[in-house]
Amino acid sequence: MGDIVPLAARYRDEGADELVFYDITASPDGRTVSRDWVTRVTEVLDIPFCVAGGIRSVEDAEAVLAAGAEKVSINTPALEDPSLIDRLARRFGCQCVVVGIDSRGGGEGYRVASHTGDPERTRYDRKGTAEWVSEIQDRGAGEIVLNCMNHDGVRTGYDVEHLAAVRDICRVPLIASGGAGAMEHFSRVFLEARVDGALAATVFHSGAIFIGDLKSYLADCGVEVRP
Amino acid sequence: MAVAIIDSGGANIASLRFALQRLGCAAELTRDPGAIRDASHVLLPGVGAADDAMARLRGAGLDRVIPGLTQPVLGICLGMQLLFERSEEGPADCLGVIADRVVPLEPAPERPIPHMGWNRVSAEPGCMLFDGVDAGTHFYFVHSFAAGDGDYTVATTTYGTTISAAVGKDNFFGTQFHPERSGPAGSRVLANFLRMDS
Repeated sequence: MGDIVPLAARYRDEGADELVFYDITASPDGRTVSRDWVTRVTEVLDIPFCVAGGIRSVEDAEAVLAAGAEKVSINTPALEDPSLIDRLARRFGCQCVVVGIDSRGGGEGYRVASHTGDPERTRYDRKGTAEWVSEIQDRGAGEIVLNCMNHDGVRTGYDVEHLAAVRDICRVPLIASGGAGAMEHFSRVFLEARVDGALAATVFHSGAIFIGDLKSYLADCGVEVRP
Repeated sequence: MAVAIIDSGGANIASLRFALQRLGCAAELTRDPGAIRDASHVLLPGVGAADDAMARLRGAGLDRVIPGLTQPVLGICLGMQLLFERSEEGPADCLGVIADRVVPLEPAPERPIPHMGWNRVSAEPGCMLFDGVDAGTHFYFVHSFAAGDGDYTVATTTYGTTISAAVGKDNFFGTQFHPERSGPAGSRVLANFLRMDS
């Protein structure tokens, strides 16, 4: 991991509305994301940010939130122990509890995957995505990030159909993830899947899309954005 | 200038402390009634549920201290809601500074609850808290309960219905949004608060 503080400051200045810090290797390795950088990021960030990776307990979450994060995002640990969602929501309020879902489409419809940080250890649950979306809301998830694995890394656009179907059964904010490659992918996912946010990494890190340009484009398309 | 942040037991106070620090203000996190009474400015942050937060304030004797403060006081998010007479979250009897009540946001298909995101805020002209902030500027909101547009509303936003984005009564102010998470505009609101005479 490079020095993330200048990167965080860059995205703050470009106009990002929220940052998510993923330590995607934390869960497969059975370790917790190290926290000292959370405080350094909090010092410079005046926008909300979320920390994801290896948060397995109320204590893990408390350390990250006390260091200054706005929210924690859990994925594999929630699948291993769904009651973690209830405990986090009770302690911190559901607005702090983001549940990430890696969803893969196939013959039997969309299914949830776990341990996706490591391709060799990734497991495909028998749990259907729709069923999991309902369960985590009942348990107190305050936001859902739906990463569509079929589209992840290919930059051909978000999985608008899948996201729209999940939107219909989702009472909490829904964030689209996986597949962004061009500005029109963002406008489509906002206008057609009616998501509350769109997450992307590669296109921003590489400089392919500047957030300021993207926001002007989205405003022209009729999507409400913070200038 | 001794600025106090009331330690209301929420987990994420660090962001507010750093936001004040960026404005050159080293605030003290405290639940000591003496330190709070002596402060030039008092901030009341808070996340979580109203009944839990009130129980913690009562435990420290602060439910009697806060309404009697005469210096500028700023409640943020739940901290704003605690300034009201009552919240239906719990429900809870609150501090009673503002004679009105806090009610749940109504869910609707296009309005997920909690409301989390950036919304446009319009303040009353001349409101010192929003000095230099353009009408329609976006601020960051995270909440499931809200106060309607009432007698003490100084700024509004729309989430299905019109709700209070900020309230003010005498030396007491509150923002439903998080100024410490609202970029340069939020920083301006905090700076405006710190400029108020104590």
